[in-house]
Amino acid sequence: MLATYSSFSTGASAALNVWTNTRVLINYMIMAHDQEHNEHPYNDLPSEPALRVKALETILTRKGLIDPSALDKIIDTYQNKIGPRNGAHVVAKAWSDSNFRAALLDDANPLLAKLGYYGRQGEHIVAVENTDEIHNMVVCTLCSCYPWPLLGIPPSWYKSDAYRSRTVREPRKVLSEFGVRLPEYTTVRVWDSTAEIRYLVIPKCPTGIDGMAEEALIKLITRDSMIGCGLVKSL
Amino acid sequence: MINEPAFEMPWHAQLFALTVHLNELGRFEWLEWVESFSITLKSHGLDRELNGGDDYFLAWLETLENLLAKDSSVGALELFKMRKAWEAAHFITPHGAPVILDPPELKT
Repeated sequence: MLATYSSFSTGASAALNVWTNTRVLINYMIMAHDQEHNEHPYNDLPSEPALRVKALETILTRKGLIDPSALDKIIDTYQNKIGPRNGAHVVAKAWSDSNFRAALLDDANPLLAKLGYYGRQGEHIVAVENTDEIHNMVVCTLCSCYPWPLLGIPPSWYKSDAYRSRTVREPRKVLSEFGVRLPEYTTVRVWDSTAEIRYLVIPKCPTGIDGMAEEALIKLITRDSMIGCGLVKSL
Repeated sequence: MINEPAFEMPWHAQLFALTVHLNELGRFEWLEWVESFSITLKSHGLDRELNGGDDYFLAWLETLENLLAKDSSVGALELFKMRKAWEAAHFITPHGAPVILDPPELKT
């Protein structure tokens, strides 16, 4: 009996200990939760690189070396005004006007300047045309040179090591990963962009576009098709 | 057409704009920028494959910091102090209130 009581007592004591420990744990969790709430009233700390950018901007502004309002204008331009629609506009014009197409392939820059699509960094833009015989694709093996005025900011994959290193080495394989499979007789030509020269691919014109308005044509043209890594939408 | 945002993170956009603005003001030539940036990208990609996201803009940021240090526009120490000042400002600013430097007249 004593043994039984003792064992009951030990069991009860153990249960009490578990309860006490559980209470301690619950209290600890409540404290941690409260502490979390106490931290919330203050602004979340931005990431380390975000703080570095902010610091650079503040120093340059205080030294009078930049105009902070100019930064907002640049961001607004690239977020809202410049993008692949500009390139698609040029391609649609080339598809529907043979004189424009010929002039574009000869020297794109005067035409692009007239349309308001000129390079901020003074780069020269070259238009290259895809045909049954030649498929053009564009890369920047050095960094990420890209025809900003025509296509906007490049997508992440264009800036990745994988695309930059593999495109020159195995262009057909890269193209197949984008879903582009070309006949054996089509030559793949890879253009390496630089600080001075950027490229715009004029994708192959789909059949049956006669009489279609520019706006309708623009909807067929994808960003990737103007880098040479995709096809236009079919009618 | 494409509905992707032009920039994945606000600091990517801010950094891009800062660089373009400095180039347009003549602080450095774009060719100089491309050469420096490609060297940084190469060194960052030595031990891993860069995916073109945050890692790409980290290399971009390092390049810009280096160029501005080289022409003495922004020194490493003043940059460090200013980053710490912004960090402190975030810690003392109540949530929802605009974060301003304290003291605002902090000298660089």
